[in-house]
Amino acid sequence: MIAVGVEDEEKWLTAGIAGLQQNAFYMHRALDSNNLRDALKYSAQMLSELRTSRLSPHKYYELYMRAFDELRKLEMFFKEETRRGCSIIDLYELVQHAGNILPRLYLLCTVGSVYIKSKEAPAKDVLKDLVEMCRGIQHPVRGLFLRSYLAQVSRDKLPDIGSEYEGDADTVVDAVEFVLQNFTEMNKLWVRMQHQGPAREKEKREKERSELRDLVGKNLHVLSQIEGIDLDMYKDTVLPRVLEQVVNCKDELAQYYLMDCIIQVFPDEYHLQTLDVLLGAFPQLQPTVDIKTVLSRLMERLSNYAASSADVLPEFLQVEAFSKLNTAIGKVIEAQPDMPILGVITLYSSLLTFTLHVHPDRLDYADQVLGACVTKLSGKGKLEDKKATKQIVALLSAPLEKYNDIVTALKLSNYPHIMEYLDSETNKVMASVIIQSIMKNKTHISTADRVEALFELLKGLIKDLDGTLDVEADEDDFKEEQNSVARLIQLLYNDDPEEMFKIICTVRKHILAGGPKRLPFTVPPLVFSSLKLVRQLQGQEENPFGEEESTTPKKIFQLLNQTVETLYNIPASELALRLYLQCAEAANDCDLEPVAYEFFTQAYILYEEEISDSRAQVTALHLIIGTLQRMHVFGVENRDTLTHKATGYSAKLLKKPDQCRAVYACSHIFWVDDQDNVKDGERVMPCLKRALRIANAAQQMSNAARGSMGPVSLFVEILNKYLYFYEKGIPQITVASIQSLIELITTEMQSDSSTADPAADAFFASTLRYIEFQKQKGGAIGEKYDPIKV
Amino acid sequence: MNFLIGAFKPACNISITFSDGKTRKQVPVKKENGQTVMVPLFQSQENISGKISIEPFQGKKIEHNGVKVELLGQIVRELDVPGDIYERKTYPFEFSTVEMPYETYNGVNVRLRYVLKVTVSRSYGGSIVEYQDFMVRNYSPLPSINNSIKMEVGIEDCLHIEFEYNKSKYHLKDVIIGKIYFLLVRIKIKNMDLEIRRRESTGSGANTHVETETLAKFELMDGAPVRGESIPIRLFLSPYELTPTHRNINNKFSVKYYLNLVLVDEEDRRYFKQQEITIYRLQDS
Repeated sequence: MIAVGVEDEEKWLTAGIAGLQQNAFYMHRALDSNNLRDALKYSAQMLSELRTSRLSPHKYYELYMRAFDELRKLEMFFKEETRRGCSIIDLYELVQHAGNILPRLYLLCTVGSVYIKSKEAPAKDVLKDLVEMCRGIQHPVRGLFLRSYLAQVSRDKLPDIGSEYEGDADTVVDAVEFVLQNFTEMNKLWVRMQHQGPAREKEKREKERSELRDLVGKNLHVLSQIEGIDLDMYKDTVLPRVLEQVVNCKDELAQYYLMDCIIQVFPDEYHLQTLDVLLGAFPQLQPTVDIKTVLSRLMERLSNYAASSADVLPEFLQVEAFSKLNTAIGKVIEAQPDMPILGVITLYSSLLTFTLHVHPDRLDYADQVLGACVTKLSGKGKLEDKKATKQIVALLSAPLEKYNDIVTALKLSNYPHIMEYLDSETNKVMASVIIQSIMKNKTHISTADRVEALFELLKGLIKDLDGTLDVEADEDDFKEEQNSVARLIQLLYNDDPEEMFKIICTVRKHILAGGPKRLPFTVPPLVFSSLKLVRQLQGQEENPFGEEESTTPKKIFQLLNQTVETLYNIPASELALRLYLQCAEAANDCDLEPVAYEFFTQAYILYEEEISDSRAQVTALHLIIGTLQRMHVFGVENRDTLTHKATGYSAKLLKKPDQCRAVYACSHIFWVDDQDNVKDGERVMPCLKRALRIANAAQQMSNAARGSMGPVSLFVEILNKYLYFYEKGIPQITVASIQSLIELITTEMQSDSSTADPAADAFFASTLRYIEFQKQKGGAIGEKYDPIKV
Repeated sequence: MNFLIGAFKPACNISITFSDGKTRKQVPVKKENGQTVMVPLFQSQENISGKISIEPFQGKKIEHNGVKVELLGQIVRELDVPGDIYERKTYPFEFSTVEMPYETYNGVNVRLRYVLKVTVSRSYGGSIVEYQDFMVRNYSPLPSINNSIKMEVGIEDCLHIEFEYNKSKYHLKDVIIGKIYFLLVRIKIKNMDLEIRRRESTGSGANTHVETETLAKFELMDGAPVRGESIPIRLFLSPYELTPTHRNINNKFSVKYYLNLVLVDEEDRRYFKQQEITIYRLQDS
């Protein structure tokens, strides 16, 4: 073989086409003048162009197609010749006088086609003769094309059932025999190609071989179209013969392609009924064959077949498709020790898809598959192969997609074992997939056992695996993940308080392992989930049976206390404080004074010890005040302690305006509309007065520091408080005090030194408008406001 | 000039016609000058009969010492006693059941002809002679024993093949069926041909002259087979100009046929094995 350039090849192809066309021209002339002798002579010369060894299969195909077209004309001519009285048998002999074998055989096939049509001899005899004679071409490319030509001209002349060529002597068996033989020979030629020529061109040859594969596969296609091949014949003859060839050829490319071809061209029903035989071939293939892809496609097809109709399902059971596939996969993996783990996983993944489709009721099958997969993975450590990891994700996602329900997947005992082989990154991805599935399907996970199992699966998100912190992890991604965990926690619910409590304990156990970065995301949903349970219990009678271990709000609060505590060290004290207050409020609703007091205490400690930022203090303090205002459970003493502290904190804020606002907010603690025992005007007033003093001081400080008056809005705000409590009817608030406050504000605003503050102006104007409005209302309110002059 | 032409013209026209000349099969034969003429076909033991007409040219008289017809090399028949022929005179002749054991053969160095020779002997002006070729073909029955040719040949550790031709004796329109089975292939074969070779030997002893011609070159296989391949042979003999095998005809010559199986490798080296076959003429049934 000579290494050839593309240009040279192009030149040779051009020359070949030219030679072919020239002889075709003379052949046409002979055909037109019914000159058989010349027709044979020139057609043989024309076909001699196909004897070239210089063209790649691709280019050779081009030449072949041109010859093919010419041969169609010649075939027509032969047909006419026989009509004119020329004996077809003589013609059949005549073309064999050609000295060169390749033209001779092309002509023989062409006449053979006419011969079969003439029915002067049994089709099977002619076919057998043709397929035998073609053995003379041992050159792979030329042989493949010749036999492809034979397959092409004979495919509509096979003695198939119902075909006009079927007869006493000709049966479908002969048709099958013929195609099988042609297939076998073609495959041998195809496989042989790789051994010809220098080793350094192996890659190029493999590419060329690949281009030729459909010529070989066409035979299988023809077989699949033979009507007469029923299941028995397929089982007894066709499949064993084809497989024998596939196995024996020991060629990677051919085995891969042909196995796939078999799976694609023959009906699924046949595959199902011959699973033993078909699967039996796989372990015998070369160790390098990409079996996983082929086998996966088989399972995919069978899955689709199962999905096509419920009627076929009994067939699957009857042939024990699952266990056969499972066994086969095991054997294949054994036979191919070098198979990358990706292959193993792909195989099991396909099997899982199969069993999920075909036996959705057999969870044990699915678990079995996962178990087998675990066995193969064990001892290999974490997966590092990206593709394999991806495949595992697919494997694990399959049950979720199928059942739309994590609960089912949770029953698969091997499920979490497989996740252990994922790297932490992928583990997270998988966990996210699971959560998304739950969200999407609004899956109801209602027992602690399942929650336990679920969190086992979600480990990757719940805590740091391997003790490694992924420093590089994207902050946004992390938040996204943790938010999804938080959402998940909210979804866990059971009507039965006992079970719900167990769920909460389970969740708590897991999330507490999550570390400082996660807790701020995971603790709040747990707290709220617990509080929800508290509220549920609170509506119920005390446990009628008095069982000690039963769930009581108290117990939950204890747990909550411990839970929120964990936020201390993170630090997430502001969050902890908010949660304490929430708990306190819930305890309040349960009439658990000591508990509520304890929570407040915790909140105060946090405020005092942990919250140092002034802005945070302001926010926290307002929360404390707001919560405290709503508390009704406290006795006088406790309440005094707490309110005293709160007002004390208020006065100690850093900025005067903040002090002022906190102080007047405290006034509300002493006046709660729906609590008769908390209507203490005596204590409201000092707050307001103190606020006024602070406002004054703020005003002066501002004046001293900047040479201008501070905003008057504080006064307006205080005015509003005055009006509020005035309306509520606190006796200590008099018209005079309101009147003087209004005047004070008016004076401040008109003062030259004051800086214009449109917002404060508007605020004040609105307030005055409100007073006017109330006046005009008439009645009790109107009377109340009437004395106030604006 | 006219008279001169007349002077050299033979004095008469002799024509030989066979009694069944109109119905007898005619076959082409190539003359020494390369032209092909049609001649009647006979076989051994047939009667060769017909008429010989001698027609003097206008106004001429042929004075002769006798007229005879010979089947060359064999038989002489006197047709006429010496006398004069003034006008067309016709002599019937017949050689009955003539033994003609050898077929007409037209080879490279040897020709076997059958000729009728008519001689008008003259005392002056030389005798007038006319020849008429005819052809003899002798037919053989189907041989009672006709073994196949089967043989295993090879070059050690290089190439081992087994070939089989279905018969050892083929008639002229026969077809050679067979196969070549490759037992071992360690060389890169390019193609394989089957040749039909004719070996014509003339003379005897030290003067033997052998001429070999390849009459047919028939490609059997294209490309390199692997071990275990079996390649079919089907070679129709009819397109080739074969004759029956002649063995030591009259101690003068032999014509033998051989099948030569040739394998050519990629370096164009030829490996071949030659086997004699016998060709015979089978009576058309």
